[in-house]
Amino acid sequence: MTGRGAKTIRVDTLARVEGEGSLYIKLVGERVADVKLKIYEPPRLFEAFLRGRHFSEAADITARICGICPVAYQMSAVHAIERALGVRIDPAVRLLRRLFYCGEWIESHALHVYMLHAPDFLGYPDVIAMAADHRAVVERALRLKKVGNRIVQLLGGREIHPISAAVGGFYRTPTRQQFNELLVDLEWALEASLETVRWTAALEFPKFEQDYEFVALRHPDEYPFNEGRLVSNRGLDIDAAEYEDHFVELHVKHSNALHSVVRGRGSYLVGPLARFNLNFDKLPDVARKVALEVGLRPPVKNLFRSIVVRAVELVFACAEALRIIGEYEPPAAPRAETPNRTGAGQAITEAPRGILYHRYALDEKGLIVTARIVPPTSQNLRQIEEDLREYAAQLVAWPLDEATWKCEQAVRSYDPCISCATHSLKVVLEREEADKD
Amino acid sequence: MLVIGCGNRDRSDDGAGVLVAERLGKLGFDAQIRSGEALDLIEAWKGADDVVVVDAVETGAPPGKVWLWDGRTAKIQGSLPISTHGFGVAEAIQLASILDRLPKRLRVFGIEGRRFDIGGDISPEVLCAVEEAAKRIAGESCGRTAPSSSPTLTLKAE
Repeated sequence: MTGRGAKTIRVDTLARVEGEGSLYIKLVGERVADVKLKIYEPPRLFEAFLRGRHFSEAADITARICGICPVAYQMSAVHAIERALGVRIDPAVRLLRRLFYCGEWIESHALHVYMLHAPDFLGYPDVIAMAADHRAVVERALRLKKVGNRIVQLLGGREIHPISAAVGGFYRTPTRQQFNELLVDLEWALEASLETVRWTAALEFPKFEQDYEFVALRHPDEYPFNEGRLVSNRGLDIDAAEYEDHFVELHVKHSNALHSVVRGRGSYLVGPLARFNLNFDKLPDVARKVALEVGLRPPVKNLFRSIVVRAVELVFACAEALRIIGEYEPPAAPRAETPNRTGAGQAITEAPRGILYHRYALDEKGLIVTARIVPPTSQNLRQIEEDLREYAAQLVAWPLDEATWKCEQAVRSYDPCISCATHSLKVVLEREEADKD
Repeated sequence: MLVIGCGNRDRSDDGAGVLVAERLGKLGFDAQIRSGEALDLIEAWKGADDVVVVDAVETGAPPGKVWLWDGRTAKIQGSLPISTHGFGVAEAIQLASILDRLPKRLRVFGIEGRRFDIGGDISPEVLCAVEEAAKRIAGESCGRTAPSSSPTLTLKAE
């Protein structure tokens, strides 16, 4: 407490997020005086670890940045390095990479929708308390997540920190038969995902809309994973190579994670809402139809509704996985030749929580000279603080404990991965009476 | 009997469970190393009737103390905050209990840790405790010792 009747929303360790951080909000009268999303998890220094290592190690090293989205790190790494080397990949490998990403989206979205975010809407402190009353729902979540795990395990060699992704392709590719064994599970998962959309759409959402700059990949023919131009609803339309001309990372005193902004404009939003709003027309029919059925159409500007959008993306990921497996013909070779050479390359891919940028420069021996990684959560951090500034203002009259919970729920709407960004979260809400004179 | 060693060997004493599983695996026991993430753990013990989980704990007792709890009856009050999403062994047991996914027999060996910092070495007293826990688990599986349970499981949640 500070000053006369000061009040603070304070969450010292934010639960149900990945990594370690806290939230501090100070209210003075009816005004939000300060918002700080403090990221105290220590810096990870991965970009420095990568220097001097051979490019073939980058996918396995960067996969270690995150236990939830290692595939994203592997994909951005291999695509950026392939660009530096001028390597072209087999179209069958390209499809397998999309399938790999489907596995990670299913794992990550099933975890976040049901285990991390749903308890907020239903008034439970965690999924364990929720399971006692909603057993069938939690069973569905576990099974869905497992389907994602199976895909990642089959393509990546293991569920967590997969090891098969390589520059040029994969170290080993599965047989048709191995994929066919996934079909029954995936057909169930598609139905379960449709149920997930209907179930999440029936939740109650706080009224809170913002005028975001949505930033996501856009591809001419597909809902985006590994390829596309980076676009926004404010006219951005660039290649990955131009990313650093348009985005800049800023140090802020209270955070070990950098804040990324659009040059000349400021905060922006990446992740499911951005992808959905910018690529609605690229969703497969089954996903687009169920979105419309529950009244979800772009632009979705209420971040709390991201839980429904994630469910729609679950439908997409299951449908896409089924399509790819249906068409799968093993590549002639698991991976292309990747001779050492000097070069530089950038890539952006769509991690479950938003775009992930990698850039590498290589020397003539294929050793990494410089590496740059901009994870999705650092791109959303500035936006999270700005949203909380607006949202907390709506909560000034609320009892502190309820306001605190609502602010935590808002943060969790972003599915922040603080481990990636610095790489848990605490919330502090402080309230102070305004001076009457 | 399935032994599941949980933890992260790159976080100092958190590696205790991993070391126990490694030791027992080399002796021919059915032993797995897992992160300790709750959903993964529930999946790992699926189909097994007799499971021993080994994990580092922080209860305030002297470092190196070896605890033994009956996972089906012990009262559990939280997990170490270093698990992914704070969702670890204690939560796995609670959730599995609600979903009827607990093994018929579940024993939890807790090894009291002193430090959990990233990249640090394992404490000498915890190394001794790893030996002790491995011997107790191995000995008991041969029917040489009757284990006695510690009274309650109260992990310190920070």
